[in-house]
Amino acid sequence: MNPLKDEAILDVRDLKMYFPVTRGLLRRKVADVKAVDGVTFKIRRGETLGLVGESGCGKTTIGRCVLRLYQPTSGSIFFEGEELSSLSESKMRRIRCNMALIFQDPYSSLDPRQSAGSIVGEPLKVHNWVGSQSEYNDRVEQLFRLVGLDSSMTDRFPHEFSGGQRQRIGVARALACEPSLIVCDEPISALDVSIQAQIINLLEELQAGIKGLTYLFIAHDLSVVKHISDRVAVMYLGHIVEITKSRTLYENPLHPYTKSLLSAVPIADPFVEEKRERIILKGEVPTPLNPPSGCSFHPRCFMATPECSQAVPPLRDVGAGHQVACIRV
Amino acid sequence: MPSIPGSEAYSSDKEKSMAELLKVENLKTQFHTEGGVVKAVDGISYHIDEREIIGLVGESGCGKSVSQLSVMQLISTPGEIVGGEVIFEGQDLLKYKTHGPEMRSVRGAKIAMIFQEPMTSLNPVLTINQQLTEMLELHLGMSKKVARERAIELLGMVGIPSAHNRIDDYPHQFSGGMRQRVMIAMALSCSPKILIADEPTTALDVTTQAQLLELMKDMVERFKASLVIVTHNLGVVARYAQRIYIMYAGRIVEEGTIKDIFGKPRHPYTIGLLKCIPRLDEEEGRKLVPIEGLPPNLINMPPTCAFLPRCSYKVERCFQEPWPPLKRLHDRHYISCYANTEEKTGEPTER
Repeated sequence: MNPLKDEAILDVRDLKMYFPVTRGLLRRKVADVKAVDGVTFKIRRGETLGLVGESGCGKTTIGRCVLRLYQPTSGSIFFEGEELSSLSESKMRRIRCNMALIFQDPYSSLDPRQSAGSIVGEPLKVHNWVGSQSEYNDRVEQLFRLVGLDSSMTDRFPHEFSGGQRQRIGVARALACEPSLIVCDEPISALDVSIQAQIINLLEELQAGIKGLTYLFIAHDLSVVKHISDRVAVMYLGHIVEITKSRTLYENPLHPYTKSLLSAVPIADPFVEEKRERIILKGEVPTPLNPPSGCSFHPRCFMATPECSQAVPPLRDVGAGHQVACIRV
Repeated sequence: MPSIPGSEAYSSDKEKSMAELLKVENLKTQFHTEGGVVKAVDGISYHIDEREIIGLVGESGCGKSVSQLSVMQLISTPGEIVGGEVIFEGQDLLKYKTHGPEMRSVRGAKIAMIFQEPMTSLNPVLTINQQLTEMLELHLGMSKKVARERAIELLGMVGIPSAHNRIDDYPHQFSGGMRQRVMIAMALSCSPKILIADEPTTALDVTTQAQLLELMKDMVERFKASLVIVTHNLGVVARYAQRIYIMYAGRIVEEGTIKDIFGKPRHPYTIGLLKCIPRLDEEEGRKLVPIEGLPPNLINMPPTCAFLPRCSYKVERCFQEPWPPLKRLHDRHYISCYANTEEKTGEPTER
């Protein structure tokens, strides 16, 4: 038994996920895209960890590795004490019952030819979670009510629902087998502003109501991530550069990338905006195909010194669970 | 039109008696669909002063983009501009033929637009040079050689490194942020009076967004132009705009300076929007208050206020009378609402 079982529901250690780039007729491997390059973090039971970063930083890849939709290149992922990367497919299938995924796009993630009820009920059938048809019907109706949909809507098809309602269906499907971990991959970025709050509140209420429900919340919108998460991990080019409690993230960001990311997000309040410092980064995120040496952020960093290009800075503890990967802080 | 001294710094909060550059009166644009008539823009009036930055805010389908496309006369069937006036430099643009020479001399030259998707708004089979110089040759009558020089200069101005090498590249050789820079260069190429940015950064990453918005702000200052930012992001307008129009279901429901709108929002929709977005500087444990219900279907709209079904301030009068006209609260702050929203407004407070 793993001693971490009671403490961390998910324990990711030195996870690496490289995608090969092939060329030519023989599909010869010519390079690796280092989507995730040595990431270590833990999530406690009942906690929400936010994973934030710009596109291409590897946040979605981490989510998919956790569900083992990708086979990681190296590293280990302990879920409820079990090491996932060495498990057989059949054992993995059993464990997937306890982990679920909410997708970004509520339009393409629901089968248009399946009724809403059968979309929500499919995990129940796949995992033999219910014994009889009546049990199945009861559970589907219960799930509909849980996410704030009318249980008479089970026979409708996805196109009859609005974007927010579709995302509720996606949430209901994720909840079907009472998972302990839900990976939320940009669950609200496709929704309208006034609808986003409905889904955020739903996710928060569900977590308050279901004991031990844990979220890995992946998004690019820093204010949403900060709002919903207990702790936030900031990613840049395949590395976690800072992990901290979401409160300290705004009040005391340490990593220069976190600082510039925060300052790039405008606050809907001109009185605050007037006084804020603006850090405008130079250039763009480099390609993960050929990342810069040392700290991958150093070419854009306003604090960089020549040493920054020497070695990849490790994530180190600076107290109170605040970890940062920068030699200059 | 008064000449503007070039050295004068742009101040954001001073109310200057700048000349009105564009005035839109009671603009109506409709789309004729099989399901019925969609009143995408239903009688909006707004204006923009010289060298001013205004924000047009609303959710998808509220008509913010369509209103801007109408100003440019870029509405095609089944859409139709059914009424209103767009007064620019003393002339009503809507009186011009869509493809007539008068409209062509305005569109792209005096009023330019930056679109949301830099990937789809550049032509993939033409080089950047071909796309940039086309406007210069057409509108300004430059020769090919001069236009190329100017195009290189413009690309350098918007921050494209080694522009003279990259000008013969195709759009696919640029990243998303760089493509949007090309779009900005293109929009600025004829020194327009007004730049309309339609969700200019929505498809881009946060740090790129910040870069481009700063660039746009700098560029309109440099070119002494006005900027219309069309967005759903209240943060962006709080940072860059001086005045804001809030749109809902094809109408303007509240307008005012940013300090009016964010300091003392008065329309229930604006109040709702501000309460339902997470803020970076919020207190821990703050609960979001979502706006219940859905934005209305724009076909067969009731004559009463379209926000009524979602409104928590509604009064008797809202059910009986048609959508209220914009009424002046004070100075430049207007709302379209019958209810008294003043007392319940708690957030956000001035700090």
